[in-house]
Amino acid sequence: MVAMGTRGMIGESTKHTFSLKSFLIYLLMAFSSFFLPGCGSNSSEVNNTNVSKPTILVWHWMTDRQAPLAELAKRYEEKTGIKIKFELYAPSDAYSQKVRAAAQGNNLPDIFGILAEKRDFAAFIKAGHIADLTPNMNAENGKWKNYFFAKALAGNEFNEGNTYGVSAGIYGVPIDVTTIQMLYNKDLFRELGLDPQKPPATFDEFLAIGDKLKAKNMQGLVSGWGEMWMIDCLANNYAFNIMGKDKVLATLRGEVPYTDPDWVKVLSLFKKMQDSGVLANGLVTMINKTAEQLFANGKAVFAFNGSWCVNVYKGMNPNLNYGVMLPPRASDKYPMSIWGGAGTSFMVNDRSPRKEEAIKFLQWFTEKDQQVFFAEKTNNLPANKESIKNIPEILAQFSDDIEYATHPNTWGVSEFPPVIEALDKGIQSIIIGEKSPEQVSQDVQKIKERELAKKKAK
Amino acid sequence: MNYLKLKSTFENYLFILPAVVIFAIFYIIPFIWVFQLSVFEWDGISPLKTAIGLANFKEVITGDPIWWQSMLNAGYITIIALTFQNAVAFFLALACDREIRFKNWFRVIFFIPPVLSEVVVGLVWQWILDGNFGLLNGWLTKIGLAHLAKYWLSDPATALNTVAIIHCWKGFGWGFLIFLAGLQGIPRELYEAARVDGANAFYCFKNITIPLMIPVIVLVGILTILGTMQAFVLIMAMTGGGPAYHTQVPVLRIYASMQGASRFGYACAQSLIFGVILITISFIQYRFSGKQSR
Amino acid sequence: MKSAAYYTAKKITFNTFVYLFLISVALSCIFPLLWMLSSSLKTQETIFQDMSLIPRELHFENYMRAWTEGGFGRCFLNSIFYTTSVVFGIVIVSSLAAYAFSRFKFPGKNLIFYIFMGAMMIPIPGSFVALYVLLNKLHLRDTPVGYILCMINVGLSTSIFLLKTFFDKLPHELEDAARIDGCSKWGIWRHVALPLARPVLAVVIVFNTLNVWNEYFLALLIFDSPRLMPLQLGLMKLQGEFVTQYPLLMSGLTITALPIVLLYLLMQKYIVKGVTQGAVVG
Repeated sequence: MVAMGTRGMIGESTKHTFSLKSFLIYLLMAFSSFFLPGCGSNSSEVNNTNVSKPTILVWHWMTDRQAPLAELAKRYEEKTGIKIKFELYAPSDAYSQKVRAAAQGNNLPDIFGILAEKRDFAAFIKAGHIADLTPNMNAENGKWKNYFFAKALAGNEFNEGNTYGVSAGIYGVPIDVTTIQMLYNKDLFRELGLDPQKPPATFDEFLAIGDKLKAKNMQGLVSGWGEMWMIDCLANNYAFNIMGKDKVLATLRGEVPYTDPDWVKVLSLFKKMQDSGVLANGLVTMINKTAEQLFANGKAVFAFNGSWCVNVYKGMNPNLNYGVMLPPRASDKYPMSIWGGAGTSFMVNDRSPRKEEAIKFLQWFTEKDQQVFFAEKTNNLPANKESIKNIPEILAQFSDDIEYATHPNTWGVSEFPPVIEALDKGIQSIIIGEKSPEQVSQDVQKIKERELAKKKAK
Repeated sequence: MNYLKLKSTFENYLFILPAVVIFAIFYIIPFIWVFQLSVFEWDGISPLKTAIGLANFKEVITGDPIWWQSMLNAGYITIIALTFQNAVAFFLALACDREIRFKNWFRVIFFIPPVLSEVVVGLVWQWILDGNFGLLNGWLTKIGLAHLAKYWLSDPATALNTVAIIHCWKGFGWGFLIFLAGLQGIPRELYEAARVDGANAFYCFKNITIPLMIPVIVLVGILTILGTMQAFVLIMAMTGGGPAYHTQVPVLRIYASMQGASRFGYACAQSLIFGVILITISFIQYRFSGKQSR
Repeated sequence: MKSAAYYTAKKITFNTFVYLFLISVALSCIFPLLWMLSSSLKTQETIFQDMSLIPRELHFENYMRAWTEGGFGRCFLNSIFYTTSVVFGIVIVSSLAAYAFSRFKFPGKNLIFYIFMGAMMIPIPGSFVALYVLLNKLHLRDTPVGYILCMINVGLSTSIFLLKTFFDKLPHELEDAARIDGCSKWGIWRHVALPLARPVLAVVIVFNTLNVWNEYFLALLIFDSPRLMPLQLGLMKLQGEFVTQYPLLMSGLTITALPIVLLYLLMQKYIVKGVTQGAVVG
């Protein structure tokens, strides 16, 4: 249309105008088509509050779950007449900034997820954005509370005397459960002459596979270690295994230094893995989506990944024959642990006039039937413990180990972000051979002391 | 007469008025906010902000070696972009300004990388550069140079250079386009006159093209500095700033302070220091080359 | 004779090298494009198994699915609307300002120009919270106008810088002639300066179009209503938080890249055919 406009005009001079006129005409048309309906629908949204049956607005970032969420919203509307609007905002980085910005302008919706560490979760609560759900959870002898796996709820709980200064209570509703575990490819296991029913249970057995991998020119463990938190996760798993939960938490509180021999031992595990050849090449800068690609296509024997991967692998390679295992234990002193707990949680806006309706919806949403439907559609573990019987086998394997699960959000104390970064980046340095475990432990401790001093100065 | 002069000056201001108004509302106001915030400790959520004076600035300058390493990395990539990328862009623009065959095709093709999404660029280059299954190592092995095969992105010795090359590849199209636009502004008669006088191609290049292109070269230079120093999307997709801190860049650090550590005040202080450094570098280049063109 | 043959040989070798270089750079540029196109026709299962550039089966339905699953219909129109408005705004506002900075004399000129340049240099990623609160107060949050004004501001400094550099290069004779003919300042800007600056205007248009077309962060921040979201947010849905539908994503990216390629082809002509000053004077 633009082109025709200019061609229709005669004369040299109009050609010089960069089709300014047609631009203007187009713009006017676009404007008018935009604003007339735009204003109308805007005002109707504002008026919503006056209608007897309210609309509950939910913000989330889960791109793969919009369809089942919308389906559940439809069912709820049929049942109660209350409309639920799920609004999807992706990617998650931008979403979490949107939630923060909306908090500044008091524009948060009725229900939202916050995608933040416990420290930031606490800040939202203290700023009055998140409702305390404890009374609802405990009503009728704790009926609602009893729906959930204790581990799933723990991430949303603040205990008495927590270091965040939040009054004790439950502030979020878990809608699914995630665990992060080790996976192995059973077909490749056979090729390596290993028993696919017996994944390595101890660290030494695991390291011994390195030679076989080299002989067959295969790649070992893949994971998203270019994104730091997955390194942090495995390092913490082994810290729990080697020194026990109490000592790890004591380290976070600053009572045990990172230069402690046990921490050096944890760091040395990464050096041993690298030296033995069980780590895939290029692991240090690998992003998790690349790792998933490689494992799904049988190009790596092991993966360290979260339970969301079931859905990912299913899409990329439905025939992938893989099993779930705990990370092979490095010590017999303490049990191995993995990260797990609430995958996603919803919070209720404390300032919302539709707070009660929002809570009622979340109660319905986490009932057994809805949770089974949601878990089936999204291939995630349900948060409702009654629903767990009805899930596919491979997912059940993930849930079997939930007793080993722990998560930083349940510890009641957080490590300083710069310390976590120093630890994770330090492990990368160990893997590429730039630093020794001892050096890294000293570097981390130095930063820990700096942060502690800063905190004291306040 | 005086009235007319006043009216004329007033008219001059009217030309810049729309730009100034938009700029004042949507840039200056947020900027003042960032400036204020840089002397506070704030997590981005709570209504409470704690004033801590210049402590943030002090920490960036004296207590954050990783920040300065990231600055050096970005500086290194920028130097490669300024020399290698812009030289290639200039050469290609010169070639496409001449009467060569398929020049219209080349003009279109060279602008593909800037149009492509970072997602595609990241995926394709990762596939090419993958240490185990990558095309590049495959070719190297085929032509008997297997010893040169490397884990390009995860080897600390090659990571930064690899990232720099990919960044240049993605960005040279802009330099190419601006140089091409600049070359259009050089009257053909100048070349013809010189050729009549018996000057060769190199003489024309040195005495006509270069002097007339200096302002455009400065322009591309400054845009390259800005674009490269502030680059991070592609780096995030390729290496996540790793291995360790080998491909870490300032904007990634600012985001890490803001989103990772929830230290908005500190992130603002980092931004301001970064801005001051960029202004200084650009100003030096502007002045330096400005003198040369005179 | 000998020296002529020598020069011909030299020229041929030189040209061979030039063409070799041009072609190898061109190949490196085309390759990812072909990969994107071929991947867009594969399936999620084959995309990383069958690495050849020619897929065994062609799944054209990916484009339809990407279009519907990404919600492209509405987003596409939105993006076209935002992009045209922003680019139009930037071209007008920045060319006016750049022309004034290049040609006129008025107190504070250099200071204002340097402030604009400084703005280009300071990245303020943290400023989005301030921007959000500001738009909220102005009642421009969740409105197209708010987004368009923000995006005009984003492209302003660079565009002014680009345009001023090229205005400085233009000869003054034509404008002087127009002034003698009784043309006003506005008339000269509109009828003399803008047509002469067409090559650089084309660059400004391409630059800003790409910028707005690919922007998603501010859009996500400013808009709450899904019906106002631009194209990139449809792409983000395909990219997925956990599950990435690679073939759909590639189809979506191809669809997204098309308008930009078309625009570039259109604008590219202005750069190529750009009327040199000599021709205009003549």
